Amino acid sequence: MSMREAAALALLLALACAGARAEGPELGRPATPSEIARFDISVGPDGAGLPPGSGTAREGRVVYEARCVACHGEKGEGKPNDRLVGGVGALAGQKPATKTVGSYWPYATTVFDYVRRAMPFDAPKSLRDEDLYAVTAYLLHLNGVIGEDATVDAATLPKIVMPNRNGFAPFAPGD
Amino acid sequence: MKRRRRTPTPDLEQAAGAGLMHRRAFIAGAAIAGAVAAEPARAEGLAVEPWMTAPGSPFTGYGQPSRFEAGVARVFANPPNAPGSGAARTPLHRLQGMITPNGLHFERSHSGVPDIDPDKHRLLIHGLVTRPLVFSLETLSRYPMESRIAFIECGGNSAQLYQTEALDADAQRLHGLVSCAEWTGVRLSTLLDEAGVDPTALWVLAEGGDAAGMSRSVPIAKAMDDALIALYQNGERIRPSNGYPMRLLLPGYEGNMQVKWLRRLKLVETPVMTRDETAKYTLLRPDGSALQFVFGTEVKSVITQPSPELSLKEPGLHEISGLAWSGAGRIVKVEVSADGGRSWAEAHLQQPILSKALTRFRLGWRWDGGPAVLQSRATDEEGNVQPTREALLARRGARALYHFNGVASWGVAASGRVTHVYA
Repeated sequence: MSMREAAALALLLALACAGARAEGPELGRPATPSEIARFDISVGPDGAGLPPGSGTAREGRVVYEARCVACHGEKGEGKPNDRLVGGVGALAGQKPATKTVGSYWPYATTVFDYVRRAMPFDAPKSLRDEDLYAVTAYLLHLNGVIGEDATVDAATLPKIVMPNRNGFAPFAPGD
Repeated sequence: MKRRRRTPTPDLEQAAGAGLMHRRAFIAGAAIAGAVAAEPARAEGLAVEPWMTAPGSPFTGYGQPSRFEAGVARVFANPPNAPGSGAARTPLHRLQGMITPNGLHFERSHSGVPDIDPDKHRLLIHGLVTRPLVFSLETLSRYPMESRIAFIECGGNSAQLYQTEALDADAQRLHGLVSCAEWTGVRLSTLLDEAGVDPTALWVLAEGGDAAGMSRSVPIAKAMDDALIALYQNGERIRPSNGYPMRLLLPGYEGNMQVKWLRRLKLVETPVMTRDETAKYTLLRPDGSALQFVFGTEVKSVITQPSPELSLKEPGLHEISGLAWSGAGRIVKVEVSADGGRSWAEAHLQQPILSKALTRFRLGWRWDGGPAVLQSRATDEEGNVQPTREALLARRGARALYHFNGVASWGVAASGRVTHVYA
């Protein structure tokens, strides 16, 4: 095969591959930035996705007592549903561990993300952004992570270091 | 014929202790003379029953099981104030073969089953892609589809076996968070190729359209490998409890990642660290650290018959049968013990034996009427062998909660009663 023939064949193969690749039906409709912004409700550990607004634990106590206390108890002590406070630094051992926002959750951004998407259980996605920041701050304060008047917003929340931040290791076969 | 000469009297061959037979004995089609004596005629006699003397019921639009099978149902439990949150378990001990009927497929939901209008449901693919795209059910239905039979197992299945005392419960309540179905849908890689994945995208956040917005981060390699946007379950549209109108199917991965009611896929550089991949579905170890991103189900098996609720009526020939599976591929071997793990016999593996699907195993057993402890131990094509419960607990402790795959034991009493035991 001459160089010219080889080059022609390579081009033909490349075209064939490109052709095969392009054979998808391509029926997806382009999504616009504004509709993506409405649809995207996740928050990354770097704070990506956090909305404008802010709140403090002092403000969050009011939100908590109105919307959360019936399931999670006074000051996040739990019952009838999950306990949210306590157990910090006491995960080791053989006895059942108290896994709470304070003792176990590695990222503060996850608290905002989860409360926004899933809470309160009977009316998820109903809290205003200000209330979400405030109740997140309250849960962090109850766990001794931040002060009662510390402002939680898109800039400060990702910077908060949770007590169990380094408590996780990626699984490997044999673990 | 050759086989027959190698094992001239397979019906009498003892392959392991306490009456376990050779895997070629006492299976359908083996045609072993004298292995199974004909049932003596019963004293009650034979008669023309009433259902032969009047026409039966008319046609129905959607068929239901016989009314005599009403007891074959899922069992479920939920936290206080949250009736739709929790899990409903497959009655493994009442089923046969490898496929789970749709109405009995296990269900794990975090905030109930949403009542999704398929015409209004949308799937968005965005993030680190060249072209963010929106798909409706109608547009997805025009893509080339493929079917694959795959098991789905909840990461929390068999969690009770981490506990120090053996819980008195049956196969459904202990191991019923695993099911297997034929799933049909569109390859996720086809859609991702159309969107144009940026090389920096290493993870895909998958999010459900339920009230909990359940979400998990999936490695891009899995998304581009065998992931499916599943639209059909055993031939019909996916049941609401399993993700109608579409779910993510990640063959072999823990059920929680196979997000139901899929509404959004966001390509990202690093995991989003959602609640379910940090606070839940992580394995806490005795030193206080936890294992995260335990994706695949490890090799595992469970005996479904006999098992609790299915007591043995009398000594003699019985079939031990069960299910084996692995997130790493095909099952290549299942061994069965009737003496608590002292001796093992290889079980017959029923076809088809498919990668990342439930595999049915069977073995003949001549029960002598004495106490016995039944166990099964599976091996997959990667050479992974199901560990003993003790070995697993030695590695992970008793509080790991998720991904239990140790050998399970059923104790058989002289009365024929079968119970969950640790052996």
